[in-house]
Amino acid sequence: MNDVLLEVKNLRVVFHTYRGIVQALDDVSFTIHRNERVGIIGETGCGKSVTSLAIMRLIEPPGEIVNGEIIFEGKDLVKLNENSLNTIRGKEISMIFQEPLSSLNPVMKVGFQIGESISKVKNISIKASQKFVRDALKAVDLDPERVVNLYPSELSGGMAQRVMISMALSTNPKLMIADEPTSALDVTIQAQIMNLLDELVSKMKNTVILITHDLGVAAQFCDKILIMYAGTIVEFAETKELFENPLHPYTKGLLKAIPKVGNKNKIVGIPGSVPDLVNPPRGCRFHPRCPFAMEICKIEKPTLKTESQDHLVSCHLYR
Amino acid sequence: MILEKVSEFMEKRKPIFEDWKHTFYLWRKTKLATVGTIIVLIFVVVAIIGPLFVPYDPIVQNMKDRLQPPSFQHFFGTDQFGRDIFSRVISGAMIEVEIIIIVSMISGGIGLILGVLAGYFGGVVDEVLMRTTDMFLAFPGLILAMAFAAMLGPSLINTIIAISLVGWTVFARLARAEAMKVKNQPYIESIKALGAGKTRIISLHVTPMCISPVLVQLTLRMGTVILTAASLGFLGLGVRPPLPEWGAMVSDGRSFLVEQWWISTFPGIAIAIVVLGFNLLGDGLRDIMDPRLRR
Repeated sequence: MNDVLLEVKNLRVVFHTYRGIVQALDDVSFTIHRNERVGIIGETGCGKSVTSLAIMRLIEPPGEIVNGEIIFEGKDLVKLNENSLNTIRGKEISMIFQEPLSSLNPVMKVGFQIGESISKVKNISIKASQKFVRDALKAVDLDPERVVNLYPSELSGGMAQRVMISMALSTNPKLMIADEPTSALDVTIQAQIMNLLDELVSKMKNTVILITHDLGVAAQFCDKILIMYAGTIVEFAETKELFENPLHPYTKGLLKAIPKVGNKNKIVGIPGSVPDLVNPPRGCRFHPRCPFAMEICKIEKPTLKTESQDHLVSCHLYR
Repeated sequence: MILEKVSEFMEKRKPIFEDWKHTFYLWRKTKLATVGTIIVLIFVVVAIIGPLFVPYDPIVQNMKDRLQPPSFQHFFGTDQFGRDIFSRVISGAMIEVEIIIIVSMISGGIGLILGVLAGYFGGVVDEVLMRTTDMFLAFPGLILAMAFAAMLGPSLINTIIAISLVGWTVFARLARAEAMKVKNQPYIESIKALGAGKTRIISLHVTPMCISPVLVQLTLRMGTVILTAASLGFLGLGVRPPLPEWGAMVSDGRSFLVEQWWISTFPGIAIAIVVLGFNLLGDGLRDIMDPRLRR
């Protein structure tokens, strides 16, 4: 069961802006196997969401995929045309967005909107899909009879995210991308939603990419974690391995910055802030903030290398 | 049983009724809108049921009674062919309503479709469509309508076509602006991620959002439509006699204006009142919908 579902190779995405070319993703490569749950973690603006949008091929002008391959079940998504993409989107890969309330059309009833996606995949009318809509809503612990006739403005944030999840999973996609599904929700609802996702995904055996900046959420939910910084991948390892044995200075800094209950010491942050991606630093993009920066870090860009079994890191400290 | 159903129905839609009540209150508070609404309502009612009650046939000529001044037999007098002007003005209302409705549908429809396409696709499509509308907008509206009407030849249908061809640009710009706003909403992105095609997104998710500003603008411009139709009629480029179109009737009485003033005056007053009514209603609606004035 360890076969490859998604392989991203040398992906490079830029945004053409008035200030110059923003290098949002620089040479990103990773592999995701079937039934894995991969967490992508990084600061705001490090390219997490751009990665997920690129996999869905939803990068729109002024953004552009300039280089790279996204191979999903043997098909290169970068080369597919819009029509073949539309047969993959929703059916094979689906996505949950971070703002559940604004991701639903405000003037359409919930039942209709869920029905739309089901009817397209199953090739039936929206009316005929209502039976499946009710099943989908039941699966996310909502009362179908009530919710189908509500407008998005009548839902709470948690309910709206449940609706989004039911939409994304109603077609049983092979890959589901959850782009910060809980960042707009408060902590108790966050826990409920993550538990629900966990339960549904274990039942249906979907592969999941979870995008978050919450290390705790990722640690609980994911099998593997991918750390991104300024449009590059810095570390990729199994969750346990990453938390017990972080290699990259950035990962180490992140883990040190987690507040712990009962800890009296001051929390150590990472000095500096995320670089401007119009003029990213030469060499390793992390070197201006890195406590271990060497001469070579300013000149040469490190590549992602296998350091130990299934533990990839991109840093000149390891070679 | 039925009463229960009704009360349940009312209970469920209580907020909607409350909102309507508030709107009604605002409408009553806005004097101009109230006056405008009453004028327009009278106009529509007259147009629909008026022709059933007119004392004389508006089209048949009656040379015996020509050029009669206003009296109890002929409230507004008769014209040079002996036709009762009161009957003609009442029957003319229906023609104006027809013109308004069809022009609104054609120009609103064309404007909506082209505007949504331009706004949603952007780039080349947008440039081509919007520069075309710029070309239409470069001419004064009445002159362009006259040119179209002269080219097509005078008739009711051609008047409608000419006015529609001039009017759609405003709606296209409105719909375009709205479409550009809607296409960047997160829910459009999320429905793309679910695999929706362009046709579905445009027809089901973008266009409905663009309809309401277009509808509002349509009602605001109805007065202008009447005025343009009447102007074309007056210039002999619009509706042909003997159809009782108000502008053409004003034109009919032109050469008798000094001696028989009533021929031109009554249709002229009708035009003035109805256009005033529509404009008052439009201004009032704008005030009611302006959130800054909503308190």
